[in-house]
Amino acid sequence: MNRLDKLEADSISIFREAYHSFSDLAMPWSMGKDSNVLIWLAKRAFCGHIPFPVLHIDTTYEFPEMYEFRDWAAKEHNLNLIVWINKEAREQGVGYETHDPVTVTHELKTVALQQAMAHYRWKALITGIRRDEDPTRAKERYFSPRNAEFEWDYRDQPPEFWNQFTTQVGEGEHVRVQPLLDWTELDIWRYIEREAIPIPKMYFARPGADGKKRRFRSLGCHPITHPVESEASTIAEIIRELETTKISERAGRAQDHHERNAMQKLRAKGFM
Amino acid sequence: MQQTHSELESLRLVVVGHVDHGKSTLIGRIFYDTDSLPHGKLEAIRKACAAEGMEFEYAFLLDALLEEQEQNITIDTTQIHFRTSRREYIIIDAPGHKEFLKNMVTGAARAEAAILLIDAHEGVREQSKRHGLLLSLLNIRQVIVAVNKMDLVDFSQEAFEKIFQQYSAYLGKLGVRATHFIPIAAKHGHNVLHRAMQMPWYDGPTILQALDSFQPSTSAENGPLRLTVQDIYRFDHRRIIAGRVESGTLAVGDEIVFVPDHKRSRVASIERWRADVPPFKVRAGESFAITLEEQIFVERGQIGCHLNAPCVEAREWKATLFWLGNEPLRLNQNYELRIGTQKLTARITAIEKVLDSETLEPASGARSEVGRHEVAVLRVHSRRPVALDNADTVTSTGRFVIIDGGRIAGGGVVSGLVYPKSDSGKVTSANISWTEGEIGREERAELFGHTGAVYWFTGLSGSGKSTLATGLERLLHRRGIHSFVLDGDNLRHGLCADLGFSEKDRAENIRRAGEVARLMAEAGLVVLTSFISPFRADRQRVREMCAASGIMFIEVYVSAPLEACEMRDPKGLYKRARAGEIHHFTGIDSPYEKPLAPELVLPTHEISTEECLQRLLNHVMSRVSRLQTSRTGEEAVLI
Repeated sequence: MNRLDKLEADSISIFREAYHSFSDLAMPWSMGKDSNVLIWLAKRAFCGHIPFPVLHIDTTYEFPEMYEFRDWAAKEHNLNLIVWINKEAREQGVGYETHDPVTVTHELKTVALQQAMAHYRWKALITGIRRDEDPTRAKERYFSPRNAEFEWDYRDQPPEFWNQFTTQVGEGEHVRVQPLLDWTELDIWRYIEREAIPIPKMYFARPGADGKKRRFRSLGCHPITHPVESEASTIAEIIRELETTKISERAGRAQDHHERNAMQKLRAKGFM
Repeated sequence: MQQTHSELESLRLVVVGHVDHGKSTLIGRIFYDTDSLPHGKLEAIRKACAAEGMEFEYAFLLDALLEEQEQNITIDTTQIHFRTSRREYIIIDAPGHKEFLKNMVTGAARAEAAILLIDAHEGVREQSKRHGLLLSLLNIRQVIVAVNKMDLVDFSQEAFEKIFQQYSAYLGKLGVRATHFIPIAAKHGHNVLHRAMQMPWYDGPTILQALDSFQPSTSAENGPLRLTVQDIYRFDHRRIIAGRVESGTLAVGDEIVFVPDHKRSRVASIERWRADVPPFKVRAGESFAITLEEQIFVERGQIGCHLNAPCVEAREWKATLFWLGNEPLRLNQNYELRIGTQKLTARITAIEKVLDSETLEPASGARSEVGRHEVAVLRVHSRRPVALDNADTVTSTGRFVIIDGGRIAGGGVVSGLVYPKSDSGKVTSANISWTEGEIGREERAELFGHTGAVYWFTGLSGSGKSTLATGLERLLHRRGIHSFVLDGDNLRHGLCADLGFSEKDRAENIRRAGEVARLMAEAGLVVLTSFISPFRADRQRVREMCAASGIMFIEVYVSAPLEACEMRDPKGLYKRARAGEIHHFTGIDSPYEKPLAPELVLPTHEISTEECLQRLLNHVMSRVSRLQTSRTGEEAVLI
């Protein structure tokens, strides 16, 4: 088995364990590349079906192209799509125009997710976390319990081995199921290339007003997500670029770099 | 020439060893030497160290979490990648602190090779040995022992040889041989990538050379076919069996038997969404979705095998287990156990030995529990038949985990099973009897793990019969003994609602109670009855009834005298009897005939309830349990 086949097989197995273990589960979907790989893997696991709802936490700051992609993909994949917005926060004026990115991300992503969880009472969320994204994510488990406050107790995680996972949670708690944990950014791209998985066009380099070509490596809210200079306008070119780069994937995501240990603080509060 | 990413072979490597023996430093150094660090990372950490007045350490490259830097210990496994020209490595840094053994196991269980670090200056320590033992249980056979911090012992060959002798003797006892022993100084990069001039006496490989000599885990493709069934889906009007190929190869048209039910069918198709061509084969390591020719009963937990090499079906097996739970693993207590996708109730029926990780000798004294971080050889008994393998035949179906408090608390490796030659369509394992039709008492006892029995509590009103019976029921329940209390309350309201308190009705009441108790005991329960049952003849009749059916009848005389009972008078009945409000009240105006030869006498006016319960519990556990215990006369502990 080659590397991608092995990663795919392990992820499918995790999807099936999650679906068996939790009758109430959902899959957050950001429409980013990893998220679309998740959709694809779910369809592989369940023979062309996605037997649980897919959740878009809409910050209302998505790029217009992302909304277009969302509506197209929901139809294409026959998704049971739920869109959730933290309306209270938006009505109170929380936004990038007036607040710092950590606060906004917390309110419009984490709090919004908490609201959706409280409303639908899901016991498990399938997420696209990868260990290579950030050091704090390196310590994740495939089935990672979160307490009622969404906190991740990384100091006392249950053991996990031999394909056996933590599938029991208490009242108000939930499990984050993370089928992409072992995948790297490069694996994701190789797989997108191999399977011809549809993704938003913003990942590909396009010339800007200054004539320089840029592309997005990671997609988030438009006020705080910046493209990086790149010539890569096809998947093959992106892969070639990644094979030589030493710049981190989330370099263009402002909320990570707002202050020291920003990512750890966000994650401890329930950010994915 | 570098291979492209998809062709590049990868190998999962775990780094273990006693706390502070230099695991994170070695990994940091490997990253530095193989130029695998993200741009600017090294400079950023050097700068941060300078700003806080700390000496730069390679370990900081890994210890990205703030808390870890404060405590200077790695609290969890991290996973990162580096590359050599030979292959990619996925490196799992496992913590060395004893408290974090569960994280070490979590990381190491997925590794194909290991580096075990020993500090040259400190020598072989407790966790050095425990980690060696766990690597052998986790079936990791490619091991480099790196003797680190050689700079602290002046690069002395003698110091290295001493550790080499001592530790290879230890590994030898485990049947493990380290592939390489390498003297290094990770902090300075000696013998990591570059050969160290300071140790001219060493002519073996460097760490990276040794790693590149390893092989990715030998595929289970050539083993016997094992399909673990994860789920049955009904999509698009088709019944799809989904799971994972643990071992062997499956092709369309193969005849498969699903153990433990032994139903057979041929594979009609292998399903794969958006495949260019429908697959004809699936191999070990792949997830599968298949349809069958016949609509046989298949459910999650079963293991699909080829007919000529089935797995074993058993209720009892031997295992070597490591325990990570906060609470000890207790003998004879029911636990949730998972093997592949099977979930079962099982218990430990014998703890044969608990290994001292220092000496690998059995720890002294008989044990009724396995403590946190201990390794034990024991026997496991399951309520129902289980499909499984010896770990040395098929690794992934030859091991199990035990759940305690909702968490994975231990892992066991199966050995000593005897394989059937082929699947003959019926159960072939030696420790299972199979009869069609009527289920015998033996089979029920086998299923429950204990025989049925009647414990007949007799004594005056207020003597403590119900207190003891219900207390005992609770204790038995916790130990997985199926029991039930029959008393006046649950019989008089229903089955005996037509009876009064005349001598004739009281006799009939006891007869019916005896009959119900006997039936329930035949069904496999330990029945605890709580009736005054004052007359010898009535009790004798129940005893004979049980004897005729081969049911154990134990007469328990709760012997508190009238004065004591009348003083307690919990329901105020004596008072009412003395006042003439109740007639035919035993001890007042109706006689109580003391048992002449009761099996147990419990003077509740002289000894405490706890003491009575302890005696009862010991009696029940030693009489009804079918589980062989290696010791006799051991007292069950009252919990």
